[in-house]
Amino acid sequence: MNPAGFFEQVRRAWAIAKKDIRIYYFKGPVLIFGVFMPVFLFLAFFMGSRQLPLSFLISGLVGMTLFFTATAVSPAIFPWEGQAKTLERLASCPITIEAIVFGDMIASILFGIGITFVTVSIGLALGLSLIHGIILLAAIFLAACCFSAIGMLLAVPPTNVPSNIMMLSSLIKFPMVFISGIFIPLEQMPPWGLALAVCSPLTYFTDLVRYSFTNTHYFPVEIDIAALAVFTVAFTVVTMFLHKRTMPQRM
Amino acid sequence: MSAVIHASDLTKVFGKSTAVDHISFDVQKGEIFGFLGPNGAGKTTTTRMLTGVIPADTGTVIILGHDIRSAPVLAKQGFGVVPETSNAYTDLTAWQNLMLMGELYGLPRARAERRSSDLLGMVGLLERKDQKVQAYSKGMKQRLILAMALIHEPALLFLDEPTSGLDVQSTQMILSLLRDLNTQGTTIFLTTHNMEEANRLCHRVGIIRGGKMVAIDAPEKLKTAIDQVHKIEVSFDHEVSGDTLAGLSGVTAAIRIGDKWQITAENRDTAIRSLVTFSQQNSAEIVTLNTLAPSLDEAFLRLTQEKKP
Repeated sequence: MNPAGFFEQVRRAWAIAKKDIRIYYFKGPVLIFGVFMPVFLFLAFFMGSRQLPLSFLISGLVGMTLFFTATAVSPAIFPWEGQAKTLERLASCPITIEAIVFGDMIASILFGIGITFVTVSIGLALGLSLIHGIILLAAIFLAACCFSAIGMLLAVPPTNVPSNIMMLSSLIKFPMVFISGIFIPLEQMPPWGLALAVCSPLTYFTDLVRYSFTNTHYFPVEIDIAALAVFTVAFTVVTMFLHKRTMPQRM
Repeated sequence: MSAVIHASDLTKVFGKSTAVDHISFDVQKGEIFGFLGPNGAGKTTTTRMLTGVIPADTGTVIILGHDIRSAPVLAKQGFGVVPETSNAYTDLTAWQNLMLMGELYGLPRARAERRSSDLLGMVGLLERKDQKVQAYSKGMKQRLILAMALIHEPALLFLDEPTSGLDVQSTQMILSLLRDLNTQGTTIFLTTHNMEEANRLCHRVGIIRGGKMVAIDAPEKLKTAIDQVHKIEVSFDHEVSGDTLAGLSGVTAAIRIGDKWQITAENRDTAIRSLVTFSQQNSAEIVTLNTLAPSLDEAFLRLTQEKKP
């Protein structure tokens, strides 16, 4: 066994993911933030905007659910663990910072995917038909990876006060929801809105979900998938690089 | 003997304050090395650099032959760490904490389970292995993190104030375990404030003051080295002359204290030999003979207070 080898580090990252799921996920506040908030936002727009079809809003709800669940906990894990000194234990264990970050990402990916399937089931129960199942599965997986990387990116500032990070997280996440074609179709957006929308990975995921349920889309499917893949790789590389730099400042 | 820890020219600066200032030392295989110093002297910063938790600004750390900076995973694979404050996951049970450590050190599941059972039995927590750590007392948490540090049978163990604030029972259990581990070959790097603990446990101690290493030696040698003049207490079975004693080779003065003589000597060995010869020549049987060395406490205070930077 080479402890520093790639597969051994992936194995250890999986241990981190299991720990995260046990400790941080499946807790009341997490479920409230990850599930109820998108549902209430959806209901608010569903009741207030009767021109938009249910299929459009359900697609947005799926997008929001995955986005909120995959980024609900991961930004606060490092501050929590820094405060509890458990991060220092991890730092003295034979696991790289990249593997710790990857482990945290795996946990949020699994949690995001799990909860999103509940939302997809609600959509199906409301009578929507799934036209492109494979595309939806690929999109959910890719977007979960991308959003979990965003979650970890939000945790980069080396503070051990979780509320600071959660505030920053909300400041970034909420505007992203409103510029990503969830409540306002991309077709109806002004040019400046569209310019912002193309910068958000959530836009491409929502477009793919809409395509999967309604067979309509704004960008070509290949562009949506490629954009999500590029965002995923970029955010993952950047978050790992930045965490490596800021980790010693947390100790 | 080979160096298990090789620290060379280690420096760490926080803002304008130099926490650790170009310190170098080696810890040999099989040693219990005590790392002493007053609060703020740089003990914890040094330990964190040695364990790869924070990077050194300058200098190198080689642990078990691996550079902690260029090969951190290989270096960390070989040691365990027991920090001062318990950092087990309080939302997990003792068993889950140990299994997590087993996975982080790459142990196969069966071995991790066997080791966990053995270690929990050894630290007296087997009965409560399925209880969440948040319900544990401080002593129990400390024993658990010792078990967590030992899950992979490390060749080197770092401990930072492992008995600080613990009850006598937990303290004795931990110290006894450390002795046993050392007997089995584990090298131990012990940071402590407890001089008695260091005196009884350590083969060598290093004393750090203001970020600089001021002394490294065996506790007994450190104690004697700080005093240029040595004191010996001797009593005989009958009266002897103080002037005669004061005139013996190696003896500079003899003062009567109760039924004993306190001998001041420049060279303890010469003075003791002279006293024994005197005893034989004058048929004066030695009833008691004690060397009055300063305690490690005194040595520590002297070394950490003198020439304060």
